This record gives sequence, C-alpha cells and structure tokens, in this order.
Amino acid sequence: MGFISSLKESLGSWINRIFKKKRAKIGLYGPPNAGKTTLANRILHDWTDGECFGEVSPIPHETRRAMRKEGVVINANGSSIELDIVDTPGMATKIDFKEFMAFGLSEAESKKRAKEATEGVIEAIKWLDDLDGVLLVMDSTEDPYTQVNVTVIGNMEARRLPLLIVANKMDLPNASPARIKAAFPQHSMVQISALEGSNIDNLYQAIAAHFG
Amino acid sequence: MILMREVHMDLISAEKLENMTSMEKIRLILDKVKNGKIVVLENGLTPDEEVRLIEMTMTEIRVDEFSGIEIESYPSKKEGSFLDRIFGRSIKGRMTIIGPANQIRTIEKDKYQISTKVSVGD
Repeated sequence: MGFISSLKESLGSWINRIFKKKRAKIGLYGPPNAGKTTLANRILHDWTDGECFGEVSPIPHETRRAMRKEGVVINANGSSIELDIVDTPGMATKIDFKEFMAFGLSEAESKKRAKEATEGVIEAIKWLDDLDGVLLVMDSTEDPYTQVNVTVIGNMEARRLPLLIVANKMDLPNASPARIKAAFPQHSMVQISALEGSNIDNLYQAIAAHFG
Repeated sequence: MILMREVHMDLISAEKLENMTSMEKIRLILDKVKNGKIVVLENGLTPDEEVRLIEMTMTEIRVDEFSGIEIESYPSKKEGSFLDRIFGRSIKGRMTIIGPANQIRTIEKDKYQISTKVSVGD
C-alpha cells in the first residue's frame, strides 16, 4: 500500500471517528453455516416491513451471491443509525462438491453448487474493499480459531475498520460464547440467537455504538 | 513389510519471502500446494496476502483435481513503531502452514499451538 493511500485511509478513519457518521455500510462475514443470512433476515424482520435477504438451509454455501439492503434504520441507545447491510457468502479455503452430495444433492447439483460457492467466496473477498465495518458471525458451538475468522479479523485490524463479533447459536446446548471471547479478547462480542431473537437488542445497541 | 510413504514439506524462511511481491508469494505457495507439498512459512503472510491467497485458490479449484487449501496461522500480532501503527504497517504475519485440503487436517488450534495431521496419498 502506498504512502499517500495509507495516509488517506488513516485520515479518513480518524475523521469518521471524530464526526461519528450515522450511516455505515457493514458486511456480515463468517464461515458457511454460521447463521449470517438468518441474522440478516432477523435484522430486516425487526427494522423493515418484513423483508428478507434469502433462504437459509443446513447445506453449506446456501448463500452464493452477496446481497445488499440499503437504508435499514436501527434505533438503539437513544439514537439511530442507517445501515447498508451486505450479506456475504460464507468464506472458505476449500470447496469439495462431495461435501454437498453428503446432504443428498445429486452429483450435477453438487458440482454446480461448488462452482457457485467458489465465486461466492471471491465476491465476499471483493466486498471487503468497500465496507465501513464488519459483523463477524461465528457459530458458538464451533471452534472459533478457524482460518476464516483469523483472516477476516486480521484484515479488519490492518484496515483499521470496526469489527463486532457476533457469537451466534447461543440457544444450542453446547454453545460456548466464552470460548470465542477468550480467542479474540481484543474485540467486542455479543452473544445472540439469530434464530430465536435472543439478546438481539444488545446486538442492536452494540451496532449503534460501534458503527454509529 | 512396512510401506514407507513420504510427505514433501517446504519450510520457507522469512528472508526468502522478504523480497518477493505478494503475487509472487501467492503463486509460489499455490504451485507447491497443487503439487501436493506442505508449505510452512516462517513469518506467514500479511492479512491482505492471506485473503488474496484464498481468492486465488478459489479460481483454481477443479473438480477431482484440486479442492482448495488448508491454511492455518496464528492471529496476527501488532508490532512496530508509532508511525507503523499510524500507517497500518504494524500487523505482522506469523508462522503459517498451508497444504492441499485433501491431505492436511487441523486437529486443534489455539493462540500458541497448531496441531495438524497430514495424510499421504497413494
């Protein structure tokens, strides 16, 4: 990165912090099946007229195209913030079509899904260049030290953009948000169940505080 | 009779990567991994290089040939002077292991240790 662009980025980041802009473009990132689209749908359900981002499924890589919803106004902490929300496809370092066949898809369907999933990962990566912040959605029942989590956090830190970790699926018996907090103690974390809506008001307060 | 199978590992020093561009590093790593080698980088990649490696990997995935990579690194460490921090140069890569997704599997990982299993193909 050149000196001038570093300087511009650095100044931009400080100006944004000083003037606390009230509109932000945030991306929902995370590994496949962390609950990104479920959370995106929950946010739209709570703050729009019942719109939704897309279908959710137990089969990984259900979301294979990034989807954006503009002008979602969230009111929390006595103030409001207008968000452009980008629901991104799950990030992965490997995609094997046989994984989808294990979920009952035909070989042809699985190969098509795998091809689209690779394109989706590229799209998610491209979006990183065009965001004001990230909600990193993690499955609280899974090991948080995945490379996707480490890489997304590293990129946000390098770009000095705000990041909020969402420890999802806290409704499941083996959920351990504490494990996520211990893994990345330097970042704020909110535990929720996007499916049930548990603790979701805390998330909205954290979003307003972080991105507002 | 015990059959001995071999795993080819390349341990790449920080000095070797130091003078390479990001694209050269990524090409070097992917070429090795696609040939079935395990690569260990002494100093790892920057977060931006990591994400570009993933992006490039996605473009090279082919059914029944290459299903991607397994990459494991520690969370980045902030180092450097005040000026480095101001200009975003303070994020340093750390030791990283990269291999073919069908050969390397992470058993356990935490802040201080990465345990992996490497399987040997026929």
